[in-house]
Amino acid sequence: MNESVRISYREAVKQAIRAALHDDPRAFLMGEDVGRYGGCFAVSKGLLEEFGEQRIRDTPLSESAFVGAGIGAALGGMRPIVEVMTVNFSLLALDQIVNTAATLCHMSGGQFPVPVVIRMATGAGRQLAAQHSHSLEAWYAHVPGLRVVEPATIDDARRMLRAALACPDPVIVFEPISLYNMEGEVTDAASSVPLEGARVHRAGRDVTLVTYGAGLWRCVTAAEELAALGLEAEIVDLRSLRPLDDTTIMDSVRRTRRVVIVDEGWRSGSLAAEITTRIVEQAFYDLDAPVARVCTEEVPIPYPKHLEDAALPGPARIVSAVRRLVGDGQ
Amino acid sequence: MSDLPAGLTRERGLHLLREMLRIRQFEDRCAELYGAGHIRGFLHLCDGEEAIAVGVMQALGSGDAVVSTYREHGHALARHMDMGRVMAELYGKRSGCSGGRGGSMHLFDVATRFYGGNAIVGGGLPLAVGLALAEHMRGSRNLAACFFGEGAVAEGEFHESMNLAALWHLPVLFVCENNLYAMGTALARSESQTDIQAKAAAYGVRAAAVDGMDVFAVEAAVRDAAEYARRGCGPVLLEMRTYRFRAHSMFDAQLYRDKAEVEEWRQRGPIIRLTTGLKAAGLMTEDDFQRLLREADSEVQAAVDFAGAAEWEPVEDLVRHVCAEVSS
Repeated sequence: MNESVRISYREAVKQAIRAALHDDPRAFLMGEDVGRYGGCFAVSKGLLEEFGEQRIRDTPLSESAFVGAGIGAALGGMRPIVEVMTVNFSLLALDQIVNTAATLCHMSGGQFPVPVVIRMATGAGRQLAAQHSHSLEAWYAHVPGLRVVEPATIDDARRMLRAALACPDPVIVFEPISLYNMEGEVTDAASSVPLEGARVHRAGRDVTLVTYGAGLWRCVTAAEELAALGLEAEIVDLRSLRPLDDTTIMDSVRRTRRVVIVDEGWRSGSLAAEITTRIVEQAFYDLDAPVARVCTEEVPIPYPKHLEDAALPGPARIVSAVRRLVGDGQ
Repeated sequence: MSDLPAGLTRERGLHLLREMLRIRQFEDRCAELYGAGHIRGFLHLCDGEEAIAVGVMQALGSGDAVVSTYREHGHALARHMDMGRVMAELYGKRSGCSGGRGGSMHLFDVATRFYGGNAIVGGGLPLAVGLALAEHMRGSRNLAACFFGEGAVAEGEFHESMNLAALWHLPVLFVCENNLYAMGTALARSESQTDIQAKAAAYGVRAAAVDGMDVFAVEAAVRDAAEYARRGCGPVLLEMRTYRFRAHSMFDAQLYRDKAEVEEWRQRGPIIRLTTGLKAAGLMTEDDFQRLLREADSEVQAAVDFAGAAEWEPVEDLVRHVCAEVSS
């Protein structure tokens, strides 16, 4: 089936979960409000009726217990998809994710891989204030033993879950909260995509924008503005945050010789810092300008819209960063 | 000391004593090997608590899953993981039961469904709930047994796990080894409610306190609890009342308890108790006891020899096992 269908990011994730549960009797979904409520972001609406209470499991507000139970069920031969409503609440399950999921394969000398998928919404942009707007992908991407992905497109939202479930290791799937309503096309739902590897979302010769998640669409907007100024930006959508795809990043940087990293995390200790270092280590002599970063301002996300917008790495800041790099009038 | 069950055979009595002596002799040797520098890092010994390990494992089936703590040598040996591979793990050797990557606190074994050695207090409970969930969803009659100390009941993960296991009627056997001290903090110094079974009961978990120094009482309680869990009635918590005779770890000066208290508990220890009982009942002679000791020592010596001769993992393999090497 190659017919393209226009759906929302939310619907894409739902279709991915539905397909997973159809394809694999070991797969099930559990988390807070995934069943009767239909999911905090309505991702799982209708799935309880379709699959029943054994496979669509509402949990108590016990992040550590149900994430840990997902890890245990994975060890016991199931393929759990654990939904931790948002990354903010995942901090209550950090012990299980970092101390257990990430370590068991290694501590057991390879005897006990943990094939659990943990999904969570991430990011700001909906005026939800400081405790509901974190972008802490970098924390998870820091940890050996975890795999971290963030689908930014409808196609990836629809197809990456299958790759995550096929992976024998724990996979953290971040879903940008601001993208659930975004619509786009699924070209071929049945085909598979790799779990790892970045993708060039837009080709361009003048500058590389390296980004992920909601940042992709900020970069797309910025690239359009830059194009109007005669600057063609290439956009690299990381897709996988651990492991990082150095090859795709460096190939692009070597072509454009200039790079801006756009990261919704705070600048200090960020993924942007890691990527910058890798570029300096691997492509320093190919650069015509210093690596630049556009990150979230170092402030807990404020509630008022104008302040939230100012804190986030929006298109205007990206355009400015690029223009500074090319010495264009600023 | 005449608390042997009616109809106990000599064979059964000696078997249980042998199982406990294997653990005791193994751990006494571990303490020596630690002093000699062959074992490093943290080493938590369980002497005084052998009846729990043995009683529980006697009552479990090979299909059941076991989740343990950092004080788990006894559990591993009572589960009949290979003693040589356990000792090699304590040495950090490649032929250890975790490939040498875990050490004393992280013993794992896929063959006996032994899921570690979790060194985060309370961290194993959610894992056991999940293992039981997998069995429940598959419709098997297996259960997940989860060991933890009384210190873990102060953790949120204990309460979250009690609730979730009871809510979903999962076959979890929660085995609380209450040795009265969480490192050096006595239960009454840290808990407003010191009756642990009462905490579990508040979540609808069937709960009982058991004399953890009596291997027969432990085994009987676990058989009963396991049957209940296998029938799909839900989780059970057994509070095993016990005591550790040695320090928390090799770094513990034991300033928090009296020597007299330790000595008093030693006299009530599970091995002394069974030894005295079997002799008094005419089921065992001193010669029998000495033979069991020699057999245990000989198995321990073979394990030490195996560990000593085992190879180190080459440094080139350092970053192995971070991720799975085979697709599952």
